[in-house]
Amino acid sequence: MSTLNSKIPAGPIAEKWTNHKAKIKVVSPANKRKLDVIVVGTGLAGASAAASLAELGYNVTAFCYQDSPRRAHSIAAQGGINAAKNYQNDNDSVYRLFYDTIKGGDYRAREANVHRLAEVSPNIIDQCVAQGVPFAREYGGTLSNRSFGGVLVSRTFYARGQTGQQLLLGAYSALNRQINAGTVKMHTRHEMLDLVVIDGKARGIIARDMVSGEVKRFGAHAVVLATGGYANVFFLSTNAMGCNASASWVAYKKGAYFANPCYVQIHPTCIPVHGSQQSKLTLMSESLRNDGRVWVPRKKEDAEKLRRGEIRPNDIADVDRDFYLERRYPSYGNLVPRDVASRAAKERCDAGFGVNKEGMAVFLDFKYAIERLGQETIAKRYGNLFQMYEKITDVNPYKEPMQIYPAIHYAMGGTWVDYNLMTTIPGLYSLGEANFSDHGANRLGASALMQGLADGYFVLPYTIGDYLGNEIMVPKINTNLPEFEAAEKAVTERLEKLFNIKGKTPADHFHKKLGAILWDYVGMSRNEAGLKKAIEEIKKLRKEFYADLLVPGELKNVNPELEKAGRVADFLEFGELLARDALNRKESCGGHFREESATEEGEAKRDDENFAYVAAWEFKGVDEEPALHKEDLVFETIQLTQRSYK
Amino acid sequence: MADIILNKIYVKVWRQNSPKAKGRFETYQVENVSQGSSFLEMIDILNDKLILEGKDPIAFDHDCREGICGMCSMYINGHAHGPDTEVTTCQLHMRKFHEGQTIVVEPWRAAAFPVIKDVMVDRSAFEKIQQAGGYVSVNTGGVPDGNVILIGQDDAEEAMDAAACIGCGACVATCKNSSAMLFVAAKVSQFAKLPQGKVEAKKRAKAMVAKMDELGFGSCTNTGGCELACPKSISIAHIARLNREYLSAKLSD
Repeated sequence: MSTLNSKIPAGPIAEKWTNHKAKIKVVSPANKRKLDVIVVGTGLAGASAAASLAELGYNVTAFCYQDSPRRAHSIAAQGGINAAKNYQNDNDSVYRLFYDTIKGGDYRAREANVHRLAEVSPNIIDQCVAQGVPFAREYGGTLSNRSFGGVLVSRTFYARGQTGQQLLLGAYSALNRQINAGTVKMHTRHEMLDLVVIDGKARGIIARDMVSGEVKRFGAHAVVLATGGYANVFFLSTNAMGCNASASWVAYKKGAYFANPCYVQIHPTCIPVHGSQQSKLTLMSESLRNDGRVWVPRKKEDAEKLRRGEIRPNDIADVDRDFYLERRYPSYGNLVPRDVASRAAKERCDAGFGVNKEGMAVFLDFKYAIERLGQETIAKRYGNLFQMYEKITDVNPYKEPMQIYPAIHYAMGGTWVDYNLMTTIPGLYSLGEANFSDHGANRLGASALMQGLADGYFVLPYTIGDYLGNEIMVPKINTNLPEFEAAEKAVTERLEKLFNIKGKTPADHFHKKLGAILWDYVGMSRNEAGLKKAIEEIKKLRKEFYADLLVPGELKNVNPELEKAGRVADFLEFGELLARDALNRKESCGGHFREESATEEGEAKRDDENFAYVAAWEFKGVDEEPALHKEDLVFETIQLTQRSYK
Repeated sequence: MADIILNKIYVKVWRQNSPKAKGRFETYQVENVSQGSSFLEMIDILNDKLILEGKDPIAFDHDCREGICGMCSMYINGHAHGPDTEVTTCQLHMRKFHEGQTIVVEPWRAAAFPVIKDVMVDRSAFEKIQQAGGYVSVNTGGVPDGNVILIGQDDAEEAMDAAACIGCGACVATCKNSSAMLFVAAKVSQFAKLPQGKVEAKKRAKAMVAKMDELGFGSCTNTGGCELACPKSISIAHIARLNREYLSAKLSD
């Protein structure tokens, strides 16, 4: 029997959130002042939550591992944020955004959560405008929109190619206002290393001061994780170097179930890997697919000549170009969802049509858009992206097509949460990319920013009251309690253990090996034998890690290698869970492609009869098999159909 | 995108174990660096080598490695973020360097940015300036529809030019007076161009400038080095706007 209670409110889909808000507890202003909340992570979800909770009157303590909250990786989101404003009069609506997100997620997200996301999306735009976010504008002064993959309307708001930056700076400014007011205590360069649970409730965290090396205790009535996704488990991804899964992982080990870890988004338009020295991959925004056309040569010999450097892309005539997305998916063309576009690129490259030296790249060509709109318009829309591309590759994309290839980008899976965004540990919440709830098996472009801000500005500030309303009699959490002492001791011992292995191999070497295993067997295409092999290889690698890890430096000083070692140790456990989840899910859906489950045309084939559920995993021990709990996905509003973008 | 390999280069880098420790330059040899690699990937290779030799790797700030988080901060061969233009250290590529070259790497040098370790500095002074007034005072909720506030395209574009600041501190590191004027101007100017920012404009300009002065940043003498060093090409025209905002705020006191 499942122990999961998603707490989805009863009633018609469009009324669930309204009814729920009317029924949940509200904490009085006088009582809010007595309640402490910890927020870990200061990206869009964390910064917006910390600021909004502090505005309400709660005492907030916030943490980030960077030297400023403004540096969280939300900052790197380029293309935009979706909202059901219907400013373009193109028949957009809350329902259409809800429907697109459910369909885009390949019917593996929770209807009620997604509808709420669509409902609050217009408020996000209003909020950001009020904060002074400089969104793109039309000549008349109204807000401008563009299109993104997987939809037929223009609902994406943007600030050049730096939308994530501008939205995060908006949330950061709201956070700064509260820091200045003394309602948020901000700890930068601190990393959460454990969760403290007392009598079954989340009551605090243990964090390491990354400058002094000191391990510290922090207590609160509730703990909020807004710590982002786990894509860096693959080593090479578009995530920032410091992005990690450790906060979610320690929560998992303390009893928070982990949901759908096999749902990983592989973004179709990234700059291809250049060689063995690469440390991370750079995304080229999906918005580029509005005006760029994706192609490979129609003739294999042209592809071979390109690989040998004998011809340049512009030497190939239009008739000899295969615009394979337009060919295979005429109605969505270059704007098919990310998972579809990624698999299509892999299919062409595997078939021998790849265009760079390694044969692992396709073209994204702006020639046609420049002919149609002029270079100036293209520069205005994508100038900073074109500049970034040229700096990295030394190729001018105004003159020659970009080379792109899919790369690991985003985690749809995450900590399991109920409708209130609470995990299976009472008092522990998970927001933004760190939770699992809204994107199903594939996230649509420009929806991550929407979800992070929805959770932080408009969902948690309401739902947390329902829990904290019962905590008003609980005094300030005493960090001298034995649970805090034990957690701090465990953290210190673990750091010492990693530090004292004194082997021969730095943490990055293990991380790269883990990434290679996952990319080969748990990447864009997965099968049973490969997944079983991956699980065995990861276990083996974990053993090697604890026998041969080398951490230089000092425990009580700045020590990035010690930080990495801890994160890699967690990834070595998490990677196994990812592979196990992929093994369990025998169907294909969204970003999870099982070779055993494909249509004749090679498209992903879902199995709704057996897999229309959320797989939530319960920790049973590092070398034990986790327990699977299923939350059935009930579709009351949308009918399940095989996804088609043709 | 030819993969030319630099067989041997030398990195002369500032080593300092802690804020109070005495610092010094150390020179290390690095082999087999692809010119297609980024500068920080070259530092990764060097650090890997140092670790395997039993030495302490170089501590440096970095995160997104795509030029937007503002974390990376190296002063390379006498230039903030190195010899290329309009890039952060993480976007600088090794094709800008040649075989056998000695590359000098220093931290940002400014009284308001003390060294934490090696080339990692403490930029919390920037946080304090933002906290002093770098915001529009609106709570979550209860705001008007986004299209109620009409903003001309030129104003929105100009606000965006200023808002592009990534808070890296290259302007301060480059300025002979260690002035933070470009950083402060970027925020004040963004809000000065937008109706949302007008209500608190005077208070904001005064509070942010006062905090900047209090934290030990120097004065601006209009040499323009900041603009050249800025990876986002933020124009010193924003400093002129800050001066106007500040003056008009002071005059109405």
